[in-house]
Amino acid sequence: MATLTKPESDTESEGTPKRKTDFRFRSLRSTYIKEWGVKSLLLVCATLSIFTTFAIVAVLFTEATRFFQHDNVYCDAVIAEDGDRVCKAFVGTSTKITAGTEQACPECGHMHMMPAEITVVDFISGTKWNPLLGRESEKEFGVWALISATLMVSGIAMCLALPLGLITAIYLSEYASPRVRATIKPTLEVLAGIPTVVYGFFALTVITPTLQIFHGGFGTFNAMAGGIAVGILCLPIVSSLVEDALQAVPRALREGAYGLGATKFEVSTKVVVPAALSGIISAFLLAVSRAVGETMIVALAVGSRPQLSLDPRNDMQTMTGWMVQMALGDVSNYDVEYLSMYAVAAVLFLITLALTFTGNIVRSRFREEYQ
Amino acid sequence: MNDKVHPLERLEGLEPRNRKFWDSAFRWLCIFVASTSIFFLLVLLGSVLLIGVKTLNWNFLTHYPEPLPENAGIGPAIWGTIWVCIVCGCLALPTGVATAIFLEEFKPRNRWLRKFHSFVQLNITNLAGVPSVVYGILGLTLFVSMAGVFGTPKEPAVSVGVDYFDQFFSAGEKALLIPIEDASAPATVVTEGMKAMNTDGEWVDVNVVKSRRRLPKDAEARKYALISGRESGRIEKASWYYFRLPFGRSVLAGAFTLMLVILPVVIISSQEAIRAVPRSLREAGLGLGATPWQVVRNVTLPAAIPGIMTGAILSMSRAIGEAAPILILAGAVFLTASPGNLMDNFTVMPLQIFDWAGRPIKEFHSLAASGIILLLGILFLFNSVAVIIRQFTQKQNS
Amino acid sequence: MNQTETIAVAKPTTFMVSSEPDQTSENIMVEMRNFNAWYADFQALHDLNLSIPEKRVTAFIGPSGCGKSTLLKWINRMNDVVPIARAAGTLQLGDTDILAKSTDVVALRRRIGMVFQKPNPFPKSIYENIAFGPRLHYKGLSRADLDDLVEWSLKKSALWGEVKDRLNQSALGLSGGQQQRLCIARAIAIGPEILLMDEPCSALDPASTSKIEDLIFELRKQYTIVIVTHNMQQAARCSDRTVFFFEGKIIEAGPTRDLFTNPQNKQTEDYVTGKFG
Repeated sequence: MATLTKPESDTESEGTPKRKTDFRFRSLRSTYIKEWGVKSLLLVCATLSIFTTFAIVAVLFTEATRFFQHDNVYCDAVIAEDGDRVCKAFVGTSTKITAGTEQACPECGHMHMMPAEITVVDFISGTKWNPLLGRESEKEFGVWALISATLMVSGIAMCLALPLGLITAIYLSEYASPRVRATIKPTLEVLAGIPTVVYGFFALTVITPTLQIFHGGFGTFNAMAGGIAVGILCLPIVSSLVEDALQAVPRALREGAYGLGATKFEVSTKVVVPAALSGIISAFLLAVSRAVGETMIVALAVGSRPQLSLDPRNDMQTMTGWMVQMALGDVSNYDVEYLSMYAVAAVLFLITLALTFTGNIVRSRFREEYQ
Repeated sequence: MNDKVHPLERLEGLEPRNRKFWDSAFRWLCIFVASTSIFFLLVLLGSVLLIGVKTLNWNFLTHYPEPLPENAGIGPAIWGTIWVCIVCGCLALPTGVATAIFLEEFKPRNRWLRKFHSFVQLNITNLAGVPSVVYGILGLTLFVSMAGVFGTPKEPAVSVGVDYFDQFFSAGEKALLIPIEDASAPATVVTEGMKAMNTDGEWVDVNVVKSRRRLPKDAEARKYALISGRESGRIEKASWYYFRLPFGRSVLAGAFTLMLVILPVVIISSQEAIRAVPRSLREAGLGLGATPWQVVRNVTLPAAIPGIMTGAILSMSRAIGEAAPILILAGAVFLTASPGNLMDNFTVMPLQIFDWAGRPIKEFHSLAASGIILLLGILFLFNSVAVIIRQFTQKQNS
Repeated sequence: MNQTETIAVAKPTTFMVSSEPDQTSENIMVEMRNFNAWYADFQALHDLNLSIPEKRVTAFIGPSGCGKSTLLKWINRMNDVVPIARAAGTLQLGDTDILAKSTDVVALRRRIGMVFQKPNPFPKSIYENIAFGPRLHYKGLSRADLDDLVEWSLKKSALWGEVKDRLNQSALGLSGGQQQRLCIARAIAIGPEILLMDEPCSALDPASTSKIEDLIFELRKQYTIVIVTHNMQQAARCSDRTVFFFEGKIIEAGPTRDLFTNPQNKQTEDYVTGKFG
């Protein structure tokens, strides 16, 4: 490297005419050091994303483990008048504790019935979610009560967003004139940019009253209104992803079909859509994942009663709804309910991760197909 | 068989009119469906305007969210949004662009580094799909309480730029302050001959008396008179550079959390902008003997800046509208003042809207709608800037 | 190719020219008079007057951008999907006015098959590729009819022997030349009167090209074929009539043999001898 730095004597010995301004090359070493420094700085920034993923996994799963180990809540210990912690089991009636086993209570030291530990199996398979009422022993953590509501809301949303999004995308990609496109595309972009809390407000103050006009059975909070709002939210996501997929189908295929005398409808539905099928599927998966993780709409419009129900007129509580309730409430950081938030979040994370992961894989496969 | 004119000669052709009908029917269905999105947008905007426009006034913009709907305003939430979003932008944009540059411009040849690259890329695409509420939970543990490693936010292990005082109220209803070493120090006991600061910061002698009966009658003397055994309240006076670990439910915690939320968006949009720069430009730079970083700084980045800006603006508007993570980590707090430093409690506009929208009283709904109008107005401004940049660069390029 | 003979020309290039078919039975299939076409403000074709005879191979030659592909796309109105394209003049297929608004494009394209520059099989099975067109156009198709038709079209396009055992496999697994023959089979499966071929061999290797040329020679017994080509040897080998385009105008049109051996126009001569193009 040093040889590249042009020594002054060199120019003289060759007898070339002396330049008016005598210049030297910049030292390459300092350039390389700078290069290395910048590169490492960029590397550090890039590592942040990996760190974030690991942090999410670590936080969710360590806290969820604490929830299952149940290590901070041993019994219904209460603060008695004189300041000592006394087991509820020994104040008033202890007979109510029926579940669980008799153990030495780490809080009071006595042998008494202890609330059953929350097992992963109970959590994953249970259908009753009832953590706020009653004693420790009566608390139930069956996550299906929350998952079912999430599925219900997402299902309604997808029933709305998938067909509408698909047809809108076909229209934009195959039919629309540039002028119509110039109206609908920005509309969809605006819809996609509206904060979710606005959709929540819309669901609560417009959709629910409208539904109640048609059918009296809808409550103030119901899964239907939330589902419709989430559907409107997902519509632009579906349509833009599907449109991308349709646009990726080569022109030559369309020309081939037109050349065989197919109508536009036949070209769209029999050639373009089947050719873009995997792209469309990935768009659907990504939209479902978005719907599952949607929070503000369900927190405002769907209600807070965890129950396993198939009736969209009922109020329900989704996984995200429970997390919001925990964040809003003044439950102590060490309560089992509070810890359950992490367990629910872990389930939510796994579901959405699975959806986006497969969605992205299908999408990249689809892209490879046409490259 | 090969000489047959066409095997289907005997069959009747399908009436094209029939197919034409389906073609045009589908076209109309498409037009109908595509216009539903316009319908949704119009109904949404119309209803929000209808409900909220009458309460949107100066009072609403400046007042704090008082319990009475007539007086309530969104002031602290506006300032909270400004604080959080500026800090979040300062954190997320450089990091995101740097990551994008790393991924696009420093593609390694080494097999292991290539694996690292694709792993980072995979991480980013998956992080983009993580619900924002999960980021809220992450922020709650990682930034608000820092997993308890640095104590609690009330008694932080590290704190700079804050003074703690024990505050007494004298018999003359004057506040007397006694400086405290740190937040975890035991409460000050009123003792004979103690000195305290008055509200102007001057040191005064405290006249400690044993009981209420011994209090001086003179108003001037009562100013600095305290009854022994009187209880104090711990207060903190923070300067603008106040910093502590853990962050607590503060502006900085919110900004960090939002940064994680929008980082994948920033990275992906910057990557697209960088990818759109023609290869030939880069090759020209490298051909002149520039190092990869020199090419990035002098060739690629200037060419990609408009695209990066557009992406940055769109991700900032995402940050402005994001409520779920802030809701998880800050809760619904009642604030009467705007944040004054990075460690202050805060609320943001979407959260205030959520709070009002969730109340059963109709008046609050119109407040929420006013907040929404304001929020959408800000987002609209942001997006128009993005559109202008996009059109400007398109014109330049064509 | 047994009818072909080699003609040594007193020009630097040597061409194989197919023998002249019997001139007496010529019916006009496509007729154009004063045909003009534009892309927005750019006039792509100027005052074309041309008749394309039935059951003959007509080759369009000329340098890139001379409008030969544009004309081809107007014959089956493929330009309908290009919003800035418009045309004026007379363009007739038999008695049908191709350009008329009232003309049913779908029915028109049924009569005019098209093969494109790059092979563009649908991402479906070989069988489905061929069945696609007939399913659109015929009602009351039985499975046996379709099987029959698929076999007939594949035999016609000389592909049957190569693919008969894998009809249900994806058409994308075929080689480029096979894909292009599949596209020809797909086009003839709907029973067209004309086959338009837009540089059908430009994306293929010489061996596949020669197979396609043999096929064209076979197909002209039954179909009117219009082929756009860059390759003058190809025009010479497999066409009956050749039309030379330059800058949107027809410079010279006539029997292939005459055009190549005795061009009337200086530009044609320069082009066929390779002085430009």
